[in-house]
Amino acid sequence: MTLTAAAPPRTARPPATLRRRLAKLSPYTYIAPFFALFAAFGLFPLLYTAYVSLYRVELQTPGQLEWRGLGNYTALFGDDYFWTALRNTFTIGVISTVPQLMMALGLAHLLNYKLRGRTVFRVTMLLPYATSVAAATLVFAQLFGRDFGLINYLLGLVGVHPVDWQSGTLASQIAVSTIVVWRWTGYNALIYLAGMQSIPADLYEAAELDGASRWRQFLHVTLPGLRPTILFTVVVSTIGATQLFGEPLLFEGSMSGGISHQYQTLGLYMYQEGWGFFHLGRAAATAWVMFVLILLLVLINTVIARRRTRKEAQR
Amino acid sequence: MLISRAARRTTLRLGAVALAGVLLAACGSGSSGSSADNNGKVTLTIDLFGTFGFKEAGLYKEYEKLHPNVTIKETSTEQENDYWQALNTHLAGGGGLADIQGIEVGRTASVTQQMSDKFVDLNSLGAKDLKGDYSKAKWAAATTADGRTLGLGTDVGPEAICYRSDLFKKAGLPTGRTELAKMWASWDGYLKLGEQYKAKAGAKSHWIDSIGSLYSLMIGQQKERYYDASGKLVYDKNAAVKSAWDTSVKAAKDGLSAKLTQWSPSWNQAFSSGSFATIGCPAWMLGYIKGQAGTAGKGTWDVAPLPGGVSGNWGGSYLSIPKTSPHAKEAYAFIKWLTAAPQQEKLFKKQGSFPSNLGAIAGVQGVKDPYFSNAPIGELFGTAAQTSPVQVLGVHDRDVDQQITNALGEVEQKGTSSATAWSHAQKGIDNAVG
Repeated sequence: MTLTAAAPPRTARPPATLRRRLAKLSPYTYIAPFFALFAAFGLFPLLYTAYVSLYRVELQTPGQLEWRGLGNYTALFGDDYFWTALRNTFTIGVISTVPQLMMALGLAHLLNYKLRGRTVFRVTMLLPYATSVAAATLVFAQLFGRDFGLINYLLGLVGVHPVDWQSGTLASQIAVSTIVVWRWTGYNALIYLAGMQSIPADLYEAAELDGASRWRQFLHVTLPGLRPTILFTVVVSTIGATQLFGEPLLFEGSMSGGISHQYQTLGLYMYQEGWGFFHLGRAAATAWVMFVLILLLVLINTVIARRRTRKEAQR
Repeated sequence: MLISRAARRTTLRLGAVALAGVLLAACGSGSSGSSADNNGKVTLTIDLFGTFGFKEAGLYKEYEKLHPNVTIKETSTEQENDYWQALNTHLAGGGGLADIQGIEVGRTASVTQQMSDKFVDLNSLGAKDLKGDYSKAKWAAATTADGRTLGLGTDVGPEAICYRSDLFKKAGLPTGRTELAKMWASWDGYLKLGEQYKAKAGAKSHWIDSIGSLYSLMIGQQKERYYDASGKLVYDKNAAVKSAWDTSVKAAKDGLSAKLTQWSPSWNQAFSSGSFATIGCPAWMLGYIKGQAGTAGKGTWDVAPLPGGVSGNWGGSYLSIPKTSPHAKEAYAFIKWLTAAPQQEKLFKKQGSFPSNLGAIAGVQGVKDPYFSNAPIGELFGTAAQTSPVQVLGVHDRDVDQQITNALGEVEQKGTSSATAWSHAQKGIDNAVG
């Protein structure tokens, strides 16, 4: 690390300059703890993971490394279950992120009206987020139970056959997505709400004078004003979706994501490699593939966003 | 690179821990280490899985009364898989281990062959003298090739069938143990009776909980299963595995199963709801049934001998002391007491876990269990224990078993064809072993 600057030169200088130089350095000192911690707990593990991913390492014998080169990666890409997990991560990501962000936007819009007891509603929005994944998932797993679940009971009341929420591919993915949506919608709604409140009120007044309806105001004032916020939530949700782990793990309590891997995400696949089969090398390889994948996704997001802003500027 | 070996090992270990931290940001905390203060008071931690029943049988309290300076703290994980995973993570990092850790018999080969340096050699604490108390096989399974003994045997898993006599009655089936044993002398007979049950019982009640448990029962009757005596993986060439697989698939196709996944929450619920009428019962399952079905289930359950002529063994456990334990001596004294004949006897009477201590086996012959309609469980499981084969164990025994039962779950719950599911099992096993 080269964040701490070299000692000041020994030539005699007026103390005032020294103080000024130190003052210039002080911001670095303030941010140093974060970067020091990041280097120890973020960067080092990341690099070490890359190193380990080139070896055969078992959890029982973590000290014995056996060189495999890219063997872990080729094994990974040759494993059907990896591709299943990749596909599942994508589909679960889409069916959880898209409705979640749209609902959050709608909710934020509603909360932005002058309501009685607004604060209560806003705080309530955060409750699902404050609930632990474990607790939430356990409750949902009960609700989605095949034989005694509340949801199948309700479906039965309207004459629909019970759905096997755990072993059906689409059904199980919807069930897992529901938990994600439930947990994160309120959180995103509050972020949108904050963004909406920073949009100047006179824009709305002007629009209203022009005779724009509420809906048009939403489309032409709120949405453009929210663009940076939306981009932020999309990036964060994409990262979250790629790393999705707790919900599918606890949904049925199996590392394989259901009996035929029908809702095994990449996070779960990695966990199974590492802590189910104890192949740390392969788990590390999976971790790196996920890392690169996330970088790519964020990059794509940014490129799209930048292109849109450029277009806007050209208009 | 010019790094000394010790330094390198430390770096690697640090790395492994850091790796664990990054890959597993939200890892469970597990059990804490034990501590002793200046007054000679010792807190012994014991970390187990499933239902060992020591606490339920009051053995901890008894030991604490006998040794006022000792306090015992138990932690337990319901699923052995989760437990094993946590244990391995703790062993790799060297932290979070209890003074005493339970080991399932299917894991003993992994312990003796891969991790023998992480557990205390109990012979060095005096376990040598206990060797004669156990059957050769039970003792050998936890002993390394060079003679270090890494665990003391708790229970074994002689198999029987537990059944709901009230449901049998409703469906017009006989309920007597001996009569049933005659009717299901073979597995065919057992499945035929299942057909009869299916025809008369409601659509919500099934013959067996899962074909995974059916498979486990049948495979428990085999001496050689997944590994041969030389330690080679032979599961895909073993005719016994194939036959157990085929019979299980047939049971699923005939609609005899309640399609539950063992150890899942819905399986637990089904013990009291009557979703299934019979379940494979290694002796330790009795305690589990009592726990899940509760007092309301008393008298509705019964136990009968296993179909197929011979008995089988499913599971059984050991108690081991990790080298990190600061109280190895006290821990040894405790597990020595816990696995001694009088305690194993008590455990059987209270919880149904069948003793592995030869002295205790003799003492439980006459035991009957009021919860299970006064079934003569001592005699029943005693006979079963004598006629069950000594299994050949391999490093990945439990992994192979788990992949196969998982694939059977696919057949059962999703209607996957037998061939496809088998190929999934193979793929899973390759991944696990690879």
